[in-house]
Amino acid sequence: MQKPVKRESGMGISWYNPRVRAIAYQAGVLAVVIAVVWFFTATAQENLERLNISTGFGFLDTTAGFGIIQTLIPYTEQSSYGRAFLVGLLNTLSVAVIGIVLATMLGFVVGVARLSRNWLVAKIAAVYVEVMRNIPLLLQLFFWYFAVLRPLPGPADSIEALPGVFLSNRGLIVPDPVFDAGAGLFFGVLTAAVVAGYVLVRWARARQRATGQLFPALRVAAALIIVLPLLACAIGGAPFHLESATRGAFDFSGGVRLLPEFVALVLGLTLYTAAFIGEIVRAGIQSVDRGQGEAAAALGLRDNTTLRLVVVPQALRLIVPPLTSQILNLTKNSSLAVAIAYPDLVAVFAGTVLNQTGQAIEVIAITMAVYLTLSLATSLAMNWYNARIALRER
Amino acid sequence: MRNPVVALVLGILIGVGGLYFMLPYDAAAVLAGRGTAPAASADAEPGAERAGAGETLRRVKRRGFLQCGVSQGLAGFSSPDERGRWSGIDVDYCRAIAAAIFGNGEKVRFRPLSAKDRFTALQSGEVDILSRNTTWTMSRDTQLGFDFAGVTYYDGQAFMVRKSSGITKAEQLAGATICTQTGTTTELNLADYFRGRGLDYRVLSFEKNDEAISAYDQGRCDGYTTDASGLYAERLKMQRPEDNIVLPEIISKEPLGPVVRQGDPQWADIARWTLSALLNAEELGVTSENIEEMRESDNPLVRRLLGAEGSYGASVGLGPDWVIDIVRAVGNYGEIFERNVGVDTPLGIERGLNALWNDGGVMYAPPIR
Repeated sequence: MQKPVKRESGMGISWYNPRVRAIAYQAGVLAVVIAVVWFFTATAQENLERLNISTGFGFLDTTAGFGIIQTLIPYTEQSSYGRAFLVGLLNTLSVAVIGIVLATMLGFVVGVARLSRNWLVAKIAAVYVEVMRNIPLLLQLFFWYFAVLRPLPGPADSIEALPGVFLSNRGLIVPDPVFDAGAGLFFGVLTAAVVAGYVLVRWARARQRATGQLFPALRVAAALIIVLPLLACAIGGAPFHLESATRGAFDFSGGVRLLPEFVALVLGLTLYTAAFIGEIVRAGIQSVDRGQGEAAAALGLRDNTTLRLVVVPQALRLIVPPLTSQILNLTKNSSLAVAIAYPDLVAVFAGTVLNQTGQAIEVIAITMAVYLTLSLATSLAMNWYNARIALRER
Repeated sequence: MRNPVVALVLGILIGVGGLYFMLPYDAAAVLAGRGTAPAASADAEPGAERAGAGETLRRVKRRGFLQCGVSQGLAGFSSPDERGRWSGIDVDYCRAIAAAIFGNGEKVRFRPLSAKDRFTALQSGEVDILSRNTTWTMSRDTQLGFDFAGVTYYDGQAFMVRKSSGITKAEQLAGATICTQTGTTTELNLADYFRGRGLDYRVLSFEKNDEAISAYDQGRCDGYTTDASGLYAERLKMQRPEDNIVLPEIISKEPLGPVVRQGDPQWADIARWTLSALLNAEELGVTSENIEEMRESDNPLVRRLLGAEGSYGASVGLGPDWVIDIVRAVGNYGEIFERNVGVDTPLGIERGLNALWNDGGVMYAPPIR
């Protein structure tokens, strides 16, 4: 706190004191904001009461009574609305996470491909970007869902792509892995191998920095991760066996099922967002000064080493901030699921639950809070990553 | 340190004070929880006990037409033809109200609403009345702030399957995927039906009925479920209607009726007694064809119905000829039924439960007297 200057305190609380005026104006604005919020809240409360519409969050404990086609956690019709909310939230999250991973990978490939010296590869990538980012996402979802996945044959004449893998208009059904006695040993050894590989790579890098000696750490680590678990299998027996789905009267039972609604949504979101990410990656790489690559070449670094050690680290600084907004977009766009009957948060909670309880204000407020939280959490994580890769002045 | 605090208090006082005088109503009353309706009391009619009474009718009259929430297209209940003119039982009911208010059944605008959006649209005042094949349930009547005005159609939920599946009973649907529309009682009845029998099922809920139908039609689902009347109506839209059958089981009671907001008893009365007038007109043999002769009738029941005796129209804020206008515009309930869903229409539905009480059905209107 800074002590007030003599001159000011001399003027007292006079209106001619600019400091007093400034604070008064700000307090006035604050009061107006609070009063407006209070006015809307009170009016809404009043009207809801007058119209005899239930209010409050008690409905979350009430029995939901409806079914959901995809549930990642146990859910029955006797479960509560709160549980239905969690089911919808997890369905949204699963689409968002899978979409983000796939879109980022595909986006990097496309971005690099656009800069390829191979004319055909560069043109294909360019056409992909221009087509995908200029067609509305909703139309793309309709295309994948109604034009590609819907006309697949019914379950009775489903396509058996591999033994136990069935493709039909009920979705992609793959065998369910059932864990056996050897699972404990297998996964224990696998974890140990991964840890050992990581330690080895770090040791090799430290030694290279210190002495300049090279060690093929990546190859050795890969060998460790493949060979050791196989050895564990040989000793302890197979970790799991696959249980194929069986054909019932209508449909398959058992197996792991990817709904066509889910596949269409992930496909649409991934391909759409990857086009934007591709452009971001291309811009990032092109922003790295040509001289950097030439200097690396002059030092005798090979092309892929230059890309990995010189170009990409500098490009990332420009890529990450716009990439964050694409990731946020993908998460928010996943709410278009409602158009193709995928049971995401908006369809289940802001759809069915809202309609059954009639508590629009509460349900929409919760839904908005969820998307806000997801977006802020993503931003936070990306900002942390951005700070980590930021240019350190030496 | 003293000055900023004083200035802060001063600023808050100025802000709140300024806002207080700008408020459209008495803020102190809101704080005390006494209600926000002095605006209405200024021109309230004598006898109006609640602030909301008469408000809807006044608003409709001032606007010059009725806003009626209907479905997005359900043959026989509310669907537009190729020229954009709406027809159906739910539509004719709204025309009847418009006729009762304005003497002209065309002074109504139809607002197509999805099953999901319909209640919010009514709650927020976007429509004056919801006439959208909506099932009357206790929770909707008590928790959403609505009043149901009666039943325009007694329905029940059933299943449709493909003939080729060889299914003849609903219980054979164990393990099947069923398409339906989200935000309906249908979704809940379906869950109840399978849960009650310990059967396994998968439900795919679509936002729009047309999407649910096309998903079923293209084989995404093994069955489709909605109210039986809806099944017959939707079957007409399919690629090959004759390849689909409606299973005989009716798994729920679905009394469909018009809905109004709570808080305006006069408006609820208009909705309720318009329906009663349609049914009483059928019961007394008053049709759109004989309405002029009926005005001369000596039957006291008919004379009261048509406003020759008593002042029943005025008691709900309408003119004395309100029933005459209704019947002229849309006919009586029987005429509406036969015109929209009856045996001579593509839907070909028998009166069944929807016949008058003295004719084997359950349609029974309280008398106008």
